[in-house]
Amino acid sequence: MSAEPLQVDARGLLCPMPVIRLQDAVAGLAEGACVQLLATDPGVHADIPAWCRVHGHQVEAVTDDHDPDGIIRLRIRVGGSGIAEQ
Amino acid sequence: MRTEPRAVALISGGLDSMLAARVVREQGVHVEGLNFYTGFCVEGHTHAVRRQDRERPKRNNALWVAEQLGIKLHIIDVVEEYKDVVINPRHGYGQFMNPCLDCKGFMVGKAREWMAANDFDFIITGEVIGQRPKSQLKRNMPVVASESGAHDRLLRPLCARLLEPTLPEREGWVDREQLYDWSGRSRKPQMHLAEQFGLEDYAQPAGGCCFLTDPSYSRKLQDLWQARGERRYELDDIMLLKMGRHLRPRPHFKLIVSREDGENRFMHGYRKRFTHLVPTSHGGPLALLDGEAAEDDLELAARLVARFSQGRDADRVRVAVTEREGTPREMEVTPMAAADVPQEWYVG
Repeated sequence: MSAEPLQVDARGLLCPMPVIRLQDAVAGLAEGACVQLLATDPGVHADIPAWCRVHGHQVEAVTDDHDPDGIIRLRIRVGGSGIAEQ
Repeated sequence: MRTEPRAVALISGGLDSMLAARVVREQGVHVEGLNFYTGFCVEGHTHAVRRQDRERPKRNNALWVAEQLGIKLHIIDVVEEYKDVVINPRHGYGQFMNPCLDCKGFMVGKAREWMAANDFDFIITGEVIGQRPKSQLKRNMPVVASESGAHDRLLRPLCARLLEPTLPEREGWVDREQLYDWSGRSRKPQMHLAEQFGLEDYAQPAGGCCFLTDPSYSRKLQDLWQARGERRYELDDIMLLKMGRHLRPRPHFKLIVSREDGENRFMHGYRKRFTHLVPTSHGGPLALLDGEAAEDDLELAARLVARFSQGRDADRVRVAVTEREGTPREMEVTPMAAADVPQEWYVG
């Protein structure tokens, strides 16, 4: 996968809005696509991996600059299905 | 062509909706969850902002429930549509500003739309007759089913046997005999069933999941509407009602004074949209001024901000005052004594 990741900007939003932004972006993507999410709410450290687990996506990388703006970057690989295959 | 029935469950993150979904899933029904974000959700916000809450491990309870159940969870942003529920509830408010009956009808209605769009067969909620004072009264159960448009495709597994059989029961998609007949406010049946399912860790219902059931928050919302002379709000308004101390020293303006670093940082993002004040000679909070302030109002605001700064006992405190995107200017003021701040200025 060499394509640039789709950027989703959720800076300044509190959870669960970053999850909703990611969910909406992923809905239009094929399996294997990559998304980079920018966020500032530390809640994404827990909520994005949890959402990805139930939908079968992978969080490939998380970087937290701990800079004054507090930007957190998460790279997500779109998967095929979640734990919901019942 | 699928043969397995499919149900969409309203998942709040609490125990009742978790059990309701689990009970149906146990019967071989494919279940997925829906969780609605109204802007008034307690979860996440105070946690993200206030340090005292951050000491608990962060988790979104609805997502956590979905993981425990092994179901997908779809989180739906209903902030805009929900305004009408809060502003014009047909069935009125509960004890505070909580329009619980309208809210339930709205959410089941959204679930019905989602069900139709995604080829699902019925809706599950975790209601128990008599559990809540208004929205879960037996006489209101048909109101929700009817006004949402879900009618007999709405199944309440925890009290189904006290109600008329619904479509999923009549069609044999679920076995009515394996559903429950709970009523009343006791939590014992839920806790017992949770134990049977091996569920040991679940969100406690104390305080509910919605700020509109909070008396202090409700007073702040009423104050906002009264000051504006109309009942309307934007998402930022209701977010800021969750932050800081709110003081209204004059009818035409109020101050939102941050209480700690997390709130300070969050409110920082709103500086350019509000006149804002911050002490410069001493450590102290960021304060946003909501409304219109004349020069003497600004001085009063600066004295109040100084009162909450580390210079509260000093003779003079310098406070930077910036009118929205203007240039900051310093005012040197005498901090207001705590005893001189009338209790009625505190909103909430």
